[in-house]
Amino acid sequence: MKWETVIGLEVHVQLSTRSKIFSGASTAYGAPPNTQACAVDIALPGVLPVLNRGAVERAIKFGLAIGATINRVNVFDRKNYFYPDLPKGYQISQLAKPIVENGVLVIDVDGAEKPIRITRAHMEEDAGKSLHEDFHGMTGIDLNRAGTPLLEIVSEPDMRSSAEAVAYARALHTLVTWIGICDGNMQEGSFRVDANVSVRPFGQAEFGTRREIKNLNSFKFLQQAIDYEVRWQIETLEDGGRIEQATVLFDPDRGETRMMRSKEEAHDYRYFPDPDLLPVKLGEDWIEAVRATLPELPAAMQARFVRDYGVSRYDAVILTATRATAEYFEAVARESGQGKLAANWVMGELSAALNRADLGIEASPVTPAQLAQLIARLADGTLSGKLAKQVFEALWAGEGDVDAIIEARGLRQMSDSGALESIIDEVLAANAKSVEEFRAGKEKAFNALVGQVMKASRGRANPQQVNDLLRAKLAAH
Amino acid sequence: MLNASLKTLAAALAARQVSSRELTRTWLERIAALNPRFNAFITVDWEKSLAEADVADARIAAGQGGPLTGVPVAHKDIFCTEGWLTTCGSKMLANFVAPYDAHVIQRFKAAGMPSLGKTNMDEFAMGSSNETSFYGPVRNPWDAARVPGGSSGGAAAAIAARLAPAATGTDTGGSIRQPAAFTGITGLKPTYGICSRYGMIAFASSLDQAGPMARSAEDCALLMNVMAGFDPNDSTSLEREKEDYTRDLEAPLAGLRVGLPKEFFATGLDNDVAAAVQAAVKELQKLGATVVEVTLPNAGLAIPVYYVLAPAEASSNLSRYDGVRYGYRAPEYANLDDMYAKTRAQGFGAEVKRRILIGTYVLSHGYYDAYYLQAQKIRRLIANDFAEAFRACDVILGPTTPGTAFRLGEKTDDPVQMYLNDLYTIPANLAGLPAMSLPCGFDSRGLPIGLQLVGDYFSEARMLNVAHRYQQVTDWHTRQPEGLA
Repeated sequence: MKWETVIGLEVHVQLSTRSKIFSGASTAYGAPPNTQACAVDIALPGVLPVLNRGAVERAIKFGLAIGATINRVNVFDRKNYFYPDLPKGYQISQLAKPIVENGVLVIDVDGAEKPIRITRAHMEEDAGKSLHEDFHGMTGIDLNRAGTPLLEIVSEPDMRSSAEAVAYARALHTLVTWIGICDGNMQEGSFRVDANVSVRPFGQAEFGTRREIKNLNSFKFLQQAIDYEVRWQIETLEDGGRIEQATVLFDPDRGETRMMRSKEEAHDYRYFPDPDLLPVKLGEDWIEAVRATLPELPAAMQARFVRDYGVSRYDAVILTATRATAEYFEAVARESGQGKLAANWVMGELSAALNRADLGIEASPVTPAQLAQLIARLADGTLSGKLAKQVFEALWAGEGDVDAIIEARGLRQMSDSGALESIIDEVLAANAKSVEEFRAGKEKAFNALVGQVMKASRGRANPQQVNDLLRAKLAAH
Repeated sequence: MLNASLKTLAAALAARQVSSRELTRTWLERIAALNPRFNAFITVDWEKSLAEADVADARIAAGQGGPLTGVPVAHKDIFCTEGWLTTCGSKMLANFVAPYDAHVIQRFKAAGMPSLGKTNMDEFAMGSSNETSFYGPVRNPWDAARVPGGSSGGAAAAIAARLAPAATGTDTGGSIRQPAAFTGITGLKPTYGICSRYGMIAFASSLDQAGPMARSAEDCALLMNVMAGFDPNDSTSLEREKEDYTRDLEAPLAGLRVGLPKEFFATGLDNDVAAAVQAAVKELQKLGATVVEVTLPNAGLAIPVYYVLAPAEASSNLSRYDGVRYGYRAPEYANLDDMYAKTRAQGFGAEVKRRILIGTYVLSHGYYDAYYLQAQKIRRLIANDFAEAFRACDVILGPTTPGTAFRLGEKTDDPVQMYLNDLYTIPANLAGLPAMSLPCGFDSRGLPIGLQLVGDYFSEARMLNVAHRYQQVTDWHTRQPEGLA
């Protein structure tokens, strides 16, 4: 039987506010345990929550960015359960009336656009952390993270493969960092993914029973976990088994998912509106003020890059992976007037060099203006591709102006055909054997001759020109 | 001095006729002598109280005293007070020393009013008799075999026995007014949101409200000037212009429309109470008030609605008492769940557990709509009833309680009978309206009777005016229990 995979994602995005969602304590990562937990965070008797406007603003910004409905009145609820790192015995979240509903994020699937519907996004507070090591059979509790603002973004089950799920997660990651509501740091837990996965026979309308994989903190694990889970579900069904609704965890070391709790063990969270917080009422002024701070979004920029700079859609998606990359590319493309070349260099040479040096594009030693100048010299024939790479290396090393480097290193491409012709004559005279072989029909010999000419010109000859002149000379002989 | 009004005490302090230290010491000595009979205080700390009195004296000496600087006041043990044991009447918090001051306490400190200690109360403010306190019941100064009411029973008894000139209380379903009625004192529950709830240990967040308890309406008005005010740390606190609650005290009552809801005079009302309330109505008429009959058709549903909503909120509010971070933790347990279960089984008393169970039940999947949502709808209807009534009258008047103080143990085995005590007080909490109780007579056994006034939102000054004018022509509020000299 042929099976279809169905995936919906719930993503917890940590909002980039300096203080917590309901208290004044800092959200900075990595402080010693419990040094960033105030009276409200540790839930002393009598304390009360006060909503951080910065968190609301970021949630609105996200809603606007996905074209969603911003609920003018939204409500915080209490989700009640006992756990040592949940100080109040309830989490403040939004159930019935979330701040954001009904948005869309378009992802790229094999060069085609696919809209993924976002059901809702709601604000909530994070819990603390239980530390099970180093306490000799006891559990340590660190409440620094308790009360950190989160936006939980819930998609419809619109994805049909792990690749689509990863594309969606990546697009979402791009968007939330792009609009500046999240630092996107997955190692520090700023972007955590839960995947709801089910399978069904192709053509069946009803969804299969889903299992939820919790807390995936890398795109690689997301892909591996879904792939494993899909295989497991199909095997189970084909062996005549049934899928029970459950929550599972992914073990990256073993590459497997394992059961965390079954549906029977699911909590009754006894949600009800938090009486300590009034319904959040959003005025049009505020929403419009937030709208005014929205930058051009990745999707719009991708369309513009395709239209204005002639890059492929596939490349446009890569060039808009981060706002910094997009801005860098656009500066290079605009100044050089060479969109495709700019795209190739940003995604190719520059990206590779940045990776080797483990640098972000913001910290690139080569400025967009320098790269644009380099590309301009490539386009006007001053530089060959090979020479351009040498100039790039010099730029990377901090040798300054492109033209100065070309002059200082003598890297200008030979444009004087007379000089080139004499080099070719010398090469032909010195390589009679290759000439013979070429005449005998060995095309390879031609390439060897081109190589010799390039070498004799110290790489400065224009390869196309060498080709043309060489063929003409060989024909004339 | 023990019977002096707050105004008189403040004037004596300002005139340097007496120091705050002397005043504070006088009451501390009286507490030391009489508290064993009434159990009105959980914590008394001479050193701390006198240190606060010295600060007040220094302020007065420096000419920086405010209207009540130096006047001591007792605080219900529901308010977090920095450096003081703050138990909320529970074993769960029997070891909890608050590391911060409630907003209301900060205001008393800013006003320079020393604390006389922390008063006894029903556990987590759940009770109408003060019998649920982990620290034992409080006894009514009018008859030590009887309860003082609850949950602010310690505060009420302390004022009635002249162990404190004034006290803070909190009122979720009548916890200021019912004990005020049972002990012959005056108490006000302000409009919801007038006094900050920050640092006031939560019972039912949407109903809890702090207020003053004292011997007269005038004293309550002066205390309101200290307690009331916006607090950015409480999202339900109301941002309003500062009011002087004493401003209308002397205003004439001519033209005042007093509404008598027929539902507050129905069956179940004690004859002595009914007669005293009717007599009070006549006094007000003599002062120029007119009487209109009003109706609160849904008031009869107030108790069932309250006993869905308050336990629902409480079941969640009390989840933080889990033995993990502070407070009581069971000494022995097998694992995490066992620690939770034993800690809460041992740390909470029976009434608290009963309400946690009710609250957990009504919020459970499948019951939420039938109970919680339905109760919220009726709550809205009750508020609408009041809004309708206030089109015809300025203040609603009736008895505070169906009867006078009952005997200790009389209702402890029958929670529903206990709950019915709050029949007349709960509707104002559900609607968020201000309401107060003031003495209006005694029953045949010599027990005080309380008169309840319910006002429209933010009409505290007018209600205090009505009560004050009534107290100008009556002396019920000046009577005191015998044998406490």
